Amino acid sequence: MTTQTDFRAGLLNPDAPMPEGLTNAHGVPSPKRYGVYRNNVTVSLVDALQTGFPAIHSLLGDQNFRALATHYARANPPQSPLMMLYGADFAQFLAQTQALAHLPYLPDIAALEYGLRSSYHAANHDPQPFSALLSLAPEQIDDAKLALAPSAILMQSVWPIHDIYTFALDPTTPQPQAAAQDILILRKEFDPKPHLLPANAAKFIRALGAGKTLSQAIENAPDTDVGAILTLLFTEGAIARITV
Amino acid sequence: MFDTPMCSLPLAPGLGYKPQHFADIMQDAGRTRWFEIHAENYMGQGGRPLAQLDALASRFPISVHGVGLSIGGEGPLDAEHLARMKTLCDRINPASFSEHLAWSSHGAEYLNDLLPLPYTNASLSRICDHIDQVQATLGRKMLLENPSSYLAFSESTWSEPDFLREVAKRAGCGLLLDVNNVFVSATNLEFSPQDYIAAFPLEEVGEIHLGGHDEDEDDHGKPLLIDSHGREIADPVWALLDITLAYSGPRPLLVEWDTDVPDWPVLAAEADRAAQALTRVLV
Amino acid sequence: MSKTLKTVALIGAVAASMTAATTSAHAMEKEKCYGVSLAGENDCAAGPGTTCAGTSKVDYQGNAFSLVDAGTCTSIELPAMADGKARMGSLEALDRDLPTT
Repeated sequence: MTTQTDFRAGLLNPDAPMPEGLTNAHGVPSPKRYGVYRNNVTVSLVDALQTGFPAIHSLLGDQNFRALATHYARANPPQSPLMMLYGADFAQFLAQTQALAHLPYLPDIAALEYGLRSSYHAANHDPQPFSALLSLAPEQIDDAKLALAPSAILMQSVWPIHDIYTFALDPTTPQPQAAAQDILILRKEFDPKPHLLPANAAKFIRALGAGKTLSQAIENAPDTDVGAILTLLFTEGAIARITV
Repeated sequence: MFDTPMCSLPLAPGLGYKPQHFADIMQDAGRTRWFEIHAENYMGQGGRPLAQLDALASRFPISVHGVGLSIGGEGPLDAEHLARMKTLCDRINPASFSEHLAWSSHGAEYLNDLLPLPYTNASLSRICDHIDQVQATLGRKMLLENPSSYLAFSESTWSEPDFLREVAKRAGCGLLLDVNNVFVSATNLEFSPQDYIAAFPLEEVGEIHLGGHDEDEDDHGKPLLIDSHGREIADPVWALLDITLAYSGPRPLLVEWDTDVPDWPVLAAEADRAAQALTRVLV
Repeated sequence: MSKTLKTVALIGAVAASMTAATTSAHAMEKEKCYGVSLAGENDCAAGPGTTCAGTSKVDYQGNAFSLVDAGTCTSIELPAMADGKARMGSLEALDRDLPTT
């Protein structure tokens, strides 16, 4: 009898023998036939990672990426039938891979790519126009709370993640220079886009995300061009609710 | 058991929906009258996939085709995933819901492939229990699809058509007959595809699938066909479809193309060919 | 200037610079450029007709991979961080063994 535990054991382990009881039409064991399933599982997962992490693929090169992704897939098969969730801990895997220690920015780039995908599938919201904030009485504005869209995702890095990501997908863009960069992923309608944030803007965004009032958020980020951030947030339709 | 009919898809060609064709479809879907979606791609919280699906479902009958319920799994069904399936079906009230005679999850792991199972009394009873659970949860009758097989299990005691006939009878579900899968399995396991069709309970079939396959060889140099859904439907599969329709009469007919997806006109041409096959039995 | 007045003044300045957010009628149709719509799709097709990839072995010892060809990271050079950790982004082949295919 071939249990599914037996059948599964060889799918992700190339050293495991083919399970017994699997044959061709004449009762003869045929490893290549079992290999079709091995191939489907492994290649489909590696392909899914390549599609999901195009910048990492570009940075590492095709052979490196696929070898790495094959190892990741075998050690970390999906834990959900939703392939849109696959690769959530790919960034962590890259961080723990010693051979990549000289590319310490890779995990943050992978996190950015997964963040773009998460934003794509995040819940819809009703974008608040800037006029909704303007229409508040002056004494209400300080205490207004601006709730960010579910599709808005903040990424903070000590690396120039925006420039590395852009360069990886289009090497004709300028080479990244050493700098810490923060990104706010915003999804206007249906297309998530990484926006490079001005210095210290992340503090303001985090305060809003933590449910602070507008004046508290401004105080929280004294060296920030709050006007520029508010312009970005409203232009991109990223404010889901304004409460006073 | 359920008031809803087995399948309310039109007796016309349908296509597997791909997001890149959305604008083409909305402009002119040609002879394609309905669309099938892979359920799992519409289980996010929002965004474009669900917006497109809502728009598509407002214009066309939709067949929801699950790929991840793992009906043939040895373990219990994933209740959380089944609940997501119900949410999706409740959202768009599809004309049909179908899944596969296969397994794809093992414990918490999802293996992203339709894996085979032996046809025994034990697997029969397990699958019927799972189908009961799916139909009771979704509140609708489902169709179960025959797989593409690359190997045989020495422990199997049922032929595939007999197994599916018994599942349909005991669980009260319908069947989805994939004619390309029949051709692929028949080549790989050296049986006659015509005999398979003749033995198949065609009265239970609520939908027919067609797709392209790739050709390879096994360890002994024998042909090994792979169900790749990445090219035009092969001529012998069209011929097998004609034989099937001659026995069964017209059925909703789906063309699947999932890898190396071409531009819309190529798919529309396959749908035209499916429409011609249907016309021959509709007269 | 009181806190409120500062906030109000700020909002007024933003209003002056704000261009109205526009919504396009065709936003639903086509993804713009990031490729995320294709990331993580489920389907029910088998892979391409080659059976070797699933049995190929990736060189792996402990936590070290053999890195072979090079990607765009070789063009990225970043000076050392404050803690002295290298910011050099060159991808050197640690080992010339290719993955068995």
